[in-house]
Amino acid sequence: MRTIAELAAALRSRTLSSVELAQQALDCVAAAQPHLNAFITVDEPGALAGARAADAALARGDAAALTGIPLAHKDVLMTQGLRTTCGSRMLEHFVAPYDADVVARLRNAGTVLIGKTNMDEFAMGSSNENSYFGAVHNPWNLACVPGGSSGGSAAAVAAGLVPACTGTDTGGSIRQPAALTGICGLKPTYGVCSRYGLVAFASSLDTPGPLARDALDCALLLNAMAGHDARDSTSLDRPAEDYTRELRAAQSAKPLAGLRIGLPAEYYGAGIDAAVAGAVDAALDALRALGATTVDVALPGVRHSVPVYYVIAPAEASSNLSRFDGVRYGHRAQRYDDLAEMYSRTRAEGFGAEVKRRILVGTYVLSHGYYDAYYLKAQQVRRLIAREFVGAYSQCDVIAGPTTPTAAFPIGAMADDPVEMYLNDIFTVAANLTGMPAMSIPCGFTPTGLPVGLQLQATYFGEARLLNVAHRFQQVTDWHRREPPAASVPATTAAERSR
Amino acid sequence: MTWEVVIGLETHTQLSTASKIFSGASTAFGAAPNTHASAVDIALPGVLPVLNRGAVERAIRFGLAVGGAINRRSVFARKNYFYPDLPKGYQISQYEIPIVQRGSVTIATEAGEKTIRLTRAHLEEDAGKSLHEGLPADAGDVTGIDLNRAGTPLLEIVSEPDLRSSAEAIAYAKKLHALVMWIGICDGNMQEGSFRCDANVSVRRPGAPLGTRCEIKNLNSFRFMQQAIDYEVRRQIELIEDGGTVVQETRLYDPDRNETRPMRSKEDAQDYRYFPDPDLPPLVVGDAWIARLRRDLPELPDAMRTRLVAAHGLTDYDAAQLTSSHDLAAYYAGVCEALDARDGTACKPIANWVLGEFSASLNRTDTAVADAPVPPETLAALLRRIADGTLSGKMAKQVFDELWTGDGAIPGAIGFEVVDAIIDRRGLRQVSDAGAIAALVDAVIAAQPAVVAEFRAGKEKAFNALVGHVMKASKGKANPGEVNAMLRRKLAG
Repeated sequence: MRTIAELAAALRSRTLSSVELAQQALDCVAAAQPHLNAFITVDEPGALAGARAADAALARGDAAALTGIPLAHKDVLMTQGLRTTCGSRMLEHFVAPYDADVVARLRNAGTVLIGKTNMDEFAMGSSNENSYFGAVHNPWNLACVPGGSSGGSAAAVAAGLVPACTGTDTGGSIRQPAALTGICGLKPTYGVCSRYGLVAFASSLDTPGPLARDALDCALLLNAMAGHDARDSTSLDRPAEDYTRELRAAQSAKPLAGLRIGLPAEYYGAGIDAAVAGAVDAALDALRALGATTVDVALPGVRHSVPVYYVIAPAEASSNLSRFDGVRYGHRAQRYDDLAEMYSRTRAEGFGAEVKRRILVGTYVLSHGYYDAYYLKAQQVRRLIAREFVGAYSQCDVIAGPTTPTAAFPIGAMADDPVEMYLNDIFTVAANLTGMPAMSIPCGFTPTGLPVGLQLQATYFGEARLLNVAHRFQQVTDWHRREPPAASVPATTAAERSR
Repeated sequence: MTWEVVIGLETHTQLSTASKIFSGASTAFGAAPNTHASAVDIALPGVLPVLNRGAVERAIRFGLAVGGAINRRSVFARKNYFYPDLPKGYQISQYEIPIVQRGSVTIATEAGEKTIRLTRAHLEEDAGKSLHEGLPADAGDVTGIDLNRAGTPLLEIVSEPDLRSSAEAIAYAKKLHALVMWIGICDGNMQEGSFRCDANVSVRRPGAPLGTRCEIKNLNSFRFMQQAIDYEVRRQIELIEDGGTVVQETRLYDPDRNETRPMRSKEDAQDYRYFPDPDLPPLVVGDAWIARLRRDLPELPDAMRTRLVAAHGLTDYDAAQLTSSHDLAAYYAGVCEALDARDGTACKPIANWVLGEFSASLNRTDTAVADAPVPPETLAALLRRIADGTLSGKMAKQVFDELWTGDGAIPGAIGFEVVDAIIDRRGLRQVSDAGAIAALVDAVIAAQPAVVAEFRAGKEKAFNALVGHVMKASKGKANPGEVNAMLRRKLAG
């Protein structure tokens, strides 16, 4: 399995063509589909056409950083002419007439779209079990979940089907599956990547971002994905950044000298799996060895972040999902006697259980008489949490801790306990509530061979710093180069490995 | 026992932007269904609203014109409900913090001027339309949805319950209607729904607390508004006097049967689950922007009315009439400008003509000022020809009629070119030459010895008869003023 940086070099030296790369990806996806179920839609003709165009650009010598690189988009991002389902029966046959902004940017950057990845329905879930198109399996252990909601994207990268995917992160939906599948996932600052064409789950939290094998690849992808978009009123208009700039410097003995890493007690308490805690501690030792110092910081408000999140996110979702009413597009019930029945049957049939649960919760917390106690209070606590983080970043440059309390769990293990499932997000949701950037990088394994993720967080616009810390760590570790057991990856990928 | 009527109006004013409030689609009226509906208006998955700056500017102009407070920070909320012509399942509308608060409008009542306070004016988007007619014959029993109107910018203007009769309500609505057109934020077209009012009506004993109100919808003309309010007031009074109680509800006015009917009661009121729209950051309006809009605001009707009384020497009634509509006021100002008229002597005849012959012709032919066949420059030329003695007032009316009907029009010609052409062609030039008039007067005195004798005996009426004879002899062309003067002189001599 090679990184984008390695593949781009091979494409430029013409030892590999984009068509070969795309065909290989298509073969891998097809071979892996029966046991991973990482994809909802594969676009073979589109991929090959894109690859031919990329090869032509490479031949002309006007290739960009990502020209010819195959990738896949989470199926919540609109792709013109290629169906976008959001993992829902509601949009099973929906074909958008436009590209999401990040889709268009990555297309313009020369990437070759292989297909659309599986996900929890409307991005609601932490296990990818909530997809109308079936659960996704973790390449490290097919009996386990890959995390969610960007579970298909994470599994596809982890299994080496494609070198990178897009994801979206509303409460951890990029970082948590990245951690559970042993890859890198970055949630940028809210507003850095446009939400235009991202089907809204919780508008004030939804953030597109990359999933890839290492920090450098994440930086390359973010370079292409970031930028102001006038079609999204929450998109930020700020000067373009080269997120790879700090990564290109040669590794020195103490590349992280001067870096202060904050360690919140709230991220190291009870309920964390011992193997996860051990891997994170070892990672902290490695970071100290690179010159960083660690400092204790207090974030007492973080313990409220899951309840706050599970008020705000469902509230926004209950409104965002109202447009799926069967009137203009999407699923419509076959039989109904009147308008009310058309609505109720359409939505009863079109949405899965978790989506309905969140619509109900969201409708409740916004209702007359409950709004102040729930939604308004949650927004107040949200601001307090943001203030705490701003305060903490006066004492440190990044905050580190486990991405999740445990490694991947077996499929079905939490199916009957949504609250237990929600607690999976305990370390990730705060970054969505504050809008600050955060990423997960692989930092070890449990005794049973499941990956462990280290979460690095920074204050607003700290993506370059996060990527540099991750990159320096990856210069002295090889967790990001580990590959899942051959049994769960396709033979073509195994062949690629031996090249 | 007497009853006091209490009315507050909510007015939906469609703002005159070329594109919608949150999308680039056209707001033009009358297009084929769903041809002016973008991905945002249809609410495809993943699309987002982007606020139209022009709509905000128009709202601010309104706030400044009524002396309201412009909130430096206002918030768009989502009003959630399901309806087929509401594509997103929610309407974006300012709720807790509107862009404009307070302000007032002054109306004329029988008891004199009255100030009607405004509560607020807020920006929101319109919904689409459900179509029950004009659908394909083979479509079966279906409802059509036209989303052309979805996302059209509206300014909802809410008055305090300061109105005490249907007449006051109409006066307020007309004043508001004139104002929004005057400041150029709305085309005022009520047939196309650009200006729609809902009335909150209640009755009470004088001095008692406010009664239970009913909201009446579908008041799309001033006449219907008056009829609906009058009906509703009667209904509520009869209900209470018969021992019943008014139930808070929304009622629909049916102009065909001239009655209001219950639409939905308070019990069926939906919980709209308002919350701030996370897709739209708070609307922040800077002082510099407001200052620029204030600078660009035209002279307002009340200010112009005061000026016309003070500087132009007009009566308050005439000044109020002239400033009752922007176009009429602009027309008057255009004539004044063409004649360089600045004082009462010069302006009064202009006001008389604009409010007299011109307005009568507009009404008679149901013509808008903008479509009037006589432009200000042409009326100015006509008035100049009266002032310089070429035409008598009577002759000028003949010329005006010809100008209005377009008989003998010269394509593209305005002003003196067309006025003088009609005067010449119809031989309407007034005779003011003293010698010619003296000859006519002498002839009439000679021919009418009996009438002259009556006059000399003290019968003033006989003088008018002699004037008539002179005018007749001149075929109406003699300058009546000159004829008068000459006749007096000759009879006295």
